[in-house]
Amino acid sequence: MLTFVSRRLVYAAITLLIVSMAVYAIFAILPFDPAALTCGQHCTALVIRANRIKLGFDKPLWEQYWMFLHGVFAGRTYGVGSAAFHCPAPAFGYSFNDNMCVTELLQQKLPITLSVAIGALILWLIVGVGLGILAARFKGRWPDTASSVFVLFGTSLPVFVTGLFLLIWVSIKWKIIPISFLGYVSVFSDPIGFVKLFILPWITLAFAFAALYTRFTRASILETLGEDYIRTARAKGLSEKKVLRIHTFRAALAPIVTLASLDFAGLIGGAILTETIFNLPGIGQWTLRSVYEFNLPVVVCTTILAAGVVIIMNLIVDMLYAVLDPRVRI
Amino acid sequence: MTSLLEISNLRVSFPTDDGDVHAVDNLSLTLNAGETVAIVGESGSGKTVTSLSVMGLHNPRSTKLSGSIKIPDGDQVIDVVNDDPEKVRNMRGRVMSMIFQDPMSSLHPYFRIGKQLAEAYLVHNPGKKEDAKKRTVEMLDLVGIPEPAKRAKDYPHQFSGGMRQRVMIAMALMNTPRVLIADEPTTALDVTVQAQILTLMQGIQKEFNMGILLITHDLGVVAAVADRVSVMYAGNIVEQGSADDIFYRPMAPYTVGLLNSVPKISYGEKQRLQSIAGQPPSLINLPSGCAFSPRCTYIQSAPAGSCAATLPDLVGISPSHVSRCHIPESDRPQVFSHVAGGK
Repeated sequence: MLTFVSRRLVYAAITLLIVSMAVYAIFAILPFDPAALTCGQHCTALVIRANRIKLGFDKPLWEQYWMFLHGVFAGRTYGVGSAAFHCPAPAFGYSFNDNMCVTELLQQKLPITLSVAIGALILWLIVGVGLGILAARFKGRWPDTASSVFVLFGTSLPVFVTGLFLLIWVSIKWKIIPISFLGYVSVFSDPIGFVKLFILPWITLAFAFAALYTRFTRASILETLGEDYIRTARAKGLSEKKVLRIHTFRAALAPIVTLASLDFAGLIGGAILTETIFNLPGIGQWTLRSVYEFNLPVVVCTTILAAGVVIIMNLIVDMLYAVLDPRVRI
Repeated sequence: MTSLLEISNLRVSFPTDDGDVHAVDNLSLTLNAGETVAIVGESGSGKTVTSLSVMGLHNPRSTKLSGSIKIPDGDQVIDVVNDDPEKVRNMRGRVMSMIFQDPMSSLHPYFRIGKQLAEAYLVHNPGKKEDAKKRTVEMLDLVGIPEPAKRAKDYPHQFSGGMRQRVMIAMALMNTPRVLIADEPTTALDVTVQAQILTLMQGIQKEFNMGILLITHDLGVVAAVADRVSVMYAGNIVEQGSADDIFYRPMAPYTVGLLNSVPKISYGEKQRLQSIAGQPPSLINLPSGCAFSPRCTYIQSAPAGSCAATLPDLVGISPSHVSRCHIPESDRPQVFSHVAGGK
């Protein structure tokens, strides 16, 4: 197990290295001058030149990349003398658009995206898996039919429709959950404010995902119920309830763990639509804006983050699976 | 009630959009203590449906049962067809147990076999965890699993096919049932292992004085262990009798065809294997009259047109040997004379 995990961690590091190189390479072949984008309207040839030297854009690409890598582990100081500024490790660069170190920005954005993703995950797992179990249990009867109506709406309504609908009706017309202008609040300092801030984004995201999970759970349970070992369980004289609870669920829900972790990882990379609709300044919005602004350090950082989360979640899934299914013990 | 299992006029049908499909029609059968009764037939002849019905494991929402399946439990007699399903559930695994064809997929892959065996005991003896553990090791030992206490902690995938079937048998025996239903217990196993499993089953049968209902298509297995045999075709019993009757004095053309289909080592080199021509009929669209008539090679010997007109009755040749055929009984020994069967 330990060798398995450490080997996978080495692979993860190599993958991340390649990802960061790729992002650097893409930006290098784009026909624009990164230094010219650091000063907006007030750019003079002199300022651009100064910033180019300060940020190291005058150096060859491989050296820039090396400085970036060095910064990730040791922190990085830009410029010299009194005008110098320092980004402590792990430094992913400096964003001129925000006049802040990227890592510092990340510390602001990540909690918001995490809050959106974790809350939505919990909600869609409860609703999706719950409805899926009901639909499978009462296959062909009204709970099954009702759940397929839910699935139909969930899969066919895009996030920007449900999101806007919730925003317009629940927040603006009915004023059930009025729009908050206070910005991000932590769950620890103000739990009620936190829920009020995030409940609509959660519902928006969870609605779409829960529909898929309902379908998936239902199919997985029905498939498991057809297994020979379920017939064996019934032949022992177990009640139908126990057959479902003890013998069916664990086997049927194992694949859902995989699905959920990968969907979750995808959300950390940014739920761009949801964050935009509800004006949540999370990773998704930040990435999108940075791409428009050619803000290289931010794009590198968010890309590595997204890739890193996918890799780590994959590792966690593999370990969880080993716990769930003795046949894949490592 | 003296027998362990009494099936009378069992009829199993599946309602479909094209009408009811009769998987089993008018089946009667008894099983006594210490006796092995085999049900033989091709795929789709209704043998597995019969065994699942006896266990009450049919899907109540898609299956219609009529007739009766009576099994004594203590002083009372439970009718699987007509009694409360909860009563039947309470007997499952305790009075009657079942072992299945494929031991690879019949054990739950996620649980240690010790836990799965103990569970079978605990269903009917709630709370007696220590007894369950003891019994688990005893039963694993009885079915010939070396180091049973240690092996109980293993998962099914850590056992070979034959060992898994032993585990299945041990599980079926946890509550010392009186009736054991074995649905093709050796089909998925190597030939060498088949013999071991059959020997094991016979030994256990003696020890517990159990009745075994053996579902199989393997006449070799039948010859080895069965006392009485029922041959099924398209949901009907076509012949029923002692193993000797079936093997030496077959009286139904289908039985004769089955016996002839067994490959013989005495066949000359590169001689074609014999088979019954045609396919088993679809149960949705059974041939009129005798369902076997389109495949029957002896149809000329029967009174003209009778085979296509009516299904012959199950008529006694002797009190214990009955068969369905329109060919006059006195003609049959001569008509079927080239039967290559026998043990």
